[in-house]
Amino acid sequence: MSDAVSAVGFGIPRYAGLAPRAWKAIGLIVLVAGAIALPFLVSNYRVFQFNMVLVYTIVLLGLNMLTGYNGQISLGHGAFYAIGAYVAAILMDRFGWPYWTTLPVAGVVCFISGFLFGLPALRLRGHYLALATFALAVAMPQILKYKHIEQWTGGVQGIVIIKPDPPFGLKVTPDQWLYLFTLAVLAVMFVIAWNLLRGRVGRAMVAIRDQPIAAEAMGVNSALVKTLTFGVSALYTGVAGALGAIVVQFVAPDSFTAGLSINFLIGIVIGGIASISGALYGALFIQFIPNFADQISKAAPWAIYGVFLLVFIYLMPVGVAGFVRMLVGKLMRRIVSA
Amino acid sequence: MEALVHQVLSGLATGGIYASLALALVMIYQSTNHINFAQGEMAMFSTYLAWAMINAGIPYWGAFLLTVLFSFVAGVVIERVIIRPVENAPVLSVVVVFIALLVIFNSVAGWIFTYTIKTFPSPFPEHPLFGNRFISSHELGAIGITLAVLFLLYIFFRFTPLGLAMRAAAQNHVSSRLVGIRVGWMLALGWGLAASVGAIAGMLVAPIIYLEPNMMSGVLLYAFAAALVGGIDNPFGAVLGGFAVGVLENLIGAYVIGTELKLTVALVLIIGVLLVKPTGLFGKVFVTRV
Amino acid sequence: MTVKRQLLIGLIASALVCAGPALAQKKYDAGASDAEIKIGQTMPYSGPASAYGTIGRAESAYFQMINDQGGVNGRKIALLSLDDAYTPPKTVEQIRRLVEDDGVLFIFQSLGTAANTAIQKYLNARKVPQLFVATGATKWGDPQNFPWTMGWQPNYQSEGRIYAKYVLQHKPNAKIGVLYQNDDYGKDYLKGLKEGLGSKASLIVKEVSYEASDPTVDSQIITLQASGADTFFIFAIPKFAAQAIRKSYDIGWRPLTFVNNVSSSIASVLEPAGLDKSTGLITALYLKDPTDPQWQKEKAFKDWLDWMKKYYPQGDLTDASNVYAYSAAQTLVQVLKQCGDELTREAVMREAANLKNVELPMLLPGIRVNTSAADFYPLEQMQLARFDGKRWGLFGEVITGENR
Repeated sequence: MSDAVSAVGFGIPRYAGLAPRAWKAIGLIVLVAGAIALPFLVSNYRVFQFNMVLVYTIVLLGLNMLTGYNGQISLGHGAFYAIGAYVAAILMDRFGWPYWTTLPVAGVVCFISGFLFGLPALRLRGHYLALATFALAVAMPQILKYKHIEQWTGGVQGIVIIKPDPPFGLKVTPDQWLYLFTLAVLAVMFVIAWNLLRGRVGRAMVAIRDQPIAAEAMGVNSALVKTLTFGVSALYTGVAGALGAIVVQFVAPDSFTAGLSINFLIGIVIGGIASISGALYGALFIQFIPNFADQISKAAPWAIYGVFLLVFIYLMPVGVAGFVRMLVGKLMRRIVSA
Repeated sequence: MEALVHQVLSGLATGGIYASLALALVMIYQSTNHINFAQGEMAMFSTYLAWAMINAGIPYWGAFLLTVLFSFVAGVVIERVIIRPVENAPVLSVVVVFIALLVIFNSVAGWIFTYTIKTFPSPFPEHPLFGNRFISSHELGAIGITLAVLFLLYIFFRFTPLGLAMRAAAQNHVSSRLVGIRVGWMLALGWGLAASVGAIAGMLVAPIIYLEPNMMSGVLLYAFAAALVGGIDNPFGAVLGGFAVGVLENLIGAYVIGTELKLTVALVLIIGVLLVKPTGLFGKVFVTRV
Repeated sequence: MTVKRQLLIGLIASALVCAGPALAQKKYDAGASDAEIKIGQTMPYSGPASAYGTIGRAESAYFQMINDQGGVNGRKIALLSLDDAYTPPKTVEQIRRLVEDDGVLFIFQSLGTAANTAIQKYLNARKVPQLFVATGATKWGDPQNFPWTMGWQPNYQSEGRIYAKYVLQHKPNAKIGVLYQNDDYGKDYLKGLKEGLGSKASLIVKEVSYEASDPTVDSQIITLQASGADTFFIFAIPKFAAQAIRKSYDIGWRPLTFVNNVSSSIASVLEPAGLDKSTGLITALYLKDPTDPQWQKEKAFKDWLDWMKKYYPQGDLTDASNVYAYSAAQTLVQVLKQCGDELTREAVMREAANLKNVELPMLLPGIRVNTSAADFYPLEQMQLARFDGKRWGLFGEVITGENR
């Protein structure tokens, strides 16, 4: 009998003296510490890239809530991202609002839009919902270009935003400050999502996804949960959109094509459906793999990207998160039996 | 008044384009229960192959037949090699595989054939029917061929044992296997047929909108919409949906809102139809038993 | 003075003379060295505008040829060309990489109006030249506000104004119909046309747009015909220009038709539309169309052809973009030559604003590249041409589009 494992009470195994929960906490602390230290270890350009990773993580958290946990497929989250981005840009450029105030406004506007979209979406399932959301994504650039709202949106020319300076005269570059700001926002939204999905609401969402009729029979207000989920999911994406606009310092209809929505879908599938950590893996994938593919082949980089997609799906059909979980499990068992 | 007639006829012609690709989408759905987002790019790639053959000197109908056959084989191979490994994966993973195919075909086509537009010949006479100036012979011919393919598909699925076997395989793998149907090969066959129908669609469409790697990207959305509006499991509905979308799009652009919001309004209307009839105009309504 | 002393003085003097210039020259900013000049660009190698990716490839091929011939002042040109998929966020990322990570000397011919708008403030703040921007949008020649940004091609608005002038002179009672792409490209042309018409802008009886994602523009052509227009402006990309030309002929609508420069290629647009259907078209040109028989016997064309065959064999010989790229690259080589050994960003910008009557082989006769400290529009001249079924027949004089 190994000393590494001692059964306590009802049999909680211990790895090298610590329970799994302790190990998870340690892992989380290491990750967070690494994330905070990152901008000071790499060049400004890399900080920009990782900032975008954080932004996409927030998007994917939101999308995963809707599609992964609640089973409502959305091919249109690029539209909410665009709304959030334009809200931030218009408030900052046309009205002079400070950057951090635009986030809650973007969130609220997108929550309302998401909720409103979720109402008719109640009638649609599967492929039909996919089409409806995809239509929203495809129509977005055209709506943004519409000449009668041009004075707000800047039309096809878009809006240029000025990068915010670090507050309180902190000795960090604007890029580093934005990264840390985004990280803080991500942390808050992560915690909210965690609590939401672990609690009653989360269970209701999953119940609706897996057994909609049984859930209704059990007293879950399916319509309310589904539309609220749509709203919250859009809220997350809108806040991310606002952050994205501030980081890139530019919004234009061309930035928000249908391809963006497809990218987000790829992100949650590769990262891991119905998994919170999957959002981070997915974000890393959609940010860095296209660059990597470009380096491999100048002639047909997207063909290489497609091959990457296939390889990831074949090797990890339930996403990177599931794969990592399996690996960690194997590693832990090794430690136990060592 | 004349302009209205003209817009409607032109809408039918464009609708024919949507209808032909929508047929391929319905085809793949009826045989595999998946909607293949890469259908448009596969069709485009097949058309490029035909173009290359015609450029090499092969006469039109020869190239046409060869392309249809080759697309069939390619469809079967893709199903066996690329789709088979994810047969049991969640639906969204399969969707990502389709996206991967889409991106690969598009990128490779651009790399091999470059992005300048190419003309693709039409088997129909240059001279419009009865000298009319509303619709060209090719557009009429394309509609005709689409309807013929529709008819053949309908007969195949409804009245032949093989068609029945394919439909069964798509809807219920387990039960089909119990009855002795080779499900794997039925799926592969379905892909092959869909690829062939797609190739035909591409070759019909290219003379009108010119051949280039992004040829089908605009068409795919409307074909998708048409297939769903008509009822994804109903080839007649898909074709009707295609024509309806084509005419609707034209009329909205010309008379209702102008071309600046044409796409948006057309999509809103399509969604509107779906809200009233969530499984499409002619689709089967699913009643779930508790 | 003794001979020895004279010799000594002479030696010291000549040493000083030699040392002087050597001490004064060879100034480098990031990316420049004795051996190479590193420059960067973003191009839409993927996405909806991927047709323009050939410009980046052609420019790389041209610099390859220059390098094989010994480079510019003994230095090789290293062009780092990255894909931005025509999405501005990606452009920002790639440009930041080029400037901060790869340390390029300047950015050359990045493509796309939105893309360049996204990076304009950043590059000007960092004092990195945004040189010879590959778009015809009018706003790139603004040295007061953006001293580090310069365009290259004749801008769309001035082209629109040239067409307007022609109509006012030759068909003052025209009923004008316009088909334009619903983005900055199409809208800029329309704006130029309207400004050129001035008080007579009401001559435009119908303007219809299309999206680049539309399959056909047939419906738009029918609408234009129904409006009763007898003059037709096509501000579109090649695929839709070809469709428009063909459809208007087929439905029996034969107005006086203008097609914009980008879509004037004989092989890429007029042949697919039908040469017989394109007869009578008017456009404004500044480059020689490689598929136009009138240029094909000249040395300039043969040089271009040889270069394409040797250095860019996979490039399309009928694609006018490859002539565009060739000429833009030549302009850059001229700027670098003028810099000599002073390869700082400031020197590059200074010499770019110091191009006087530069002749490029594939420019139309009479058209030259000209810049100055107040004039950041290298190419402003165009000439009208009419298609006679086989070639673009130039007529009239070389016109300078006014930009202010």
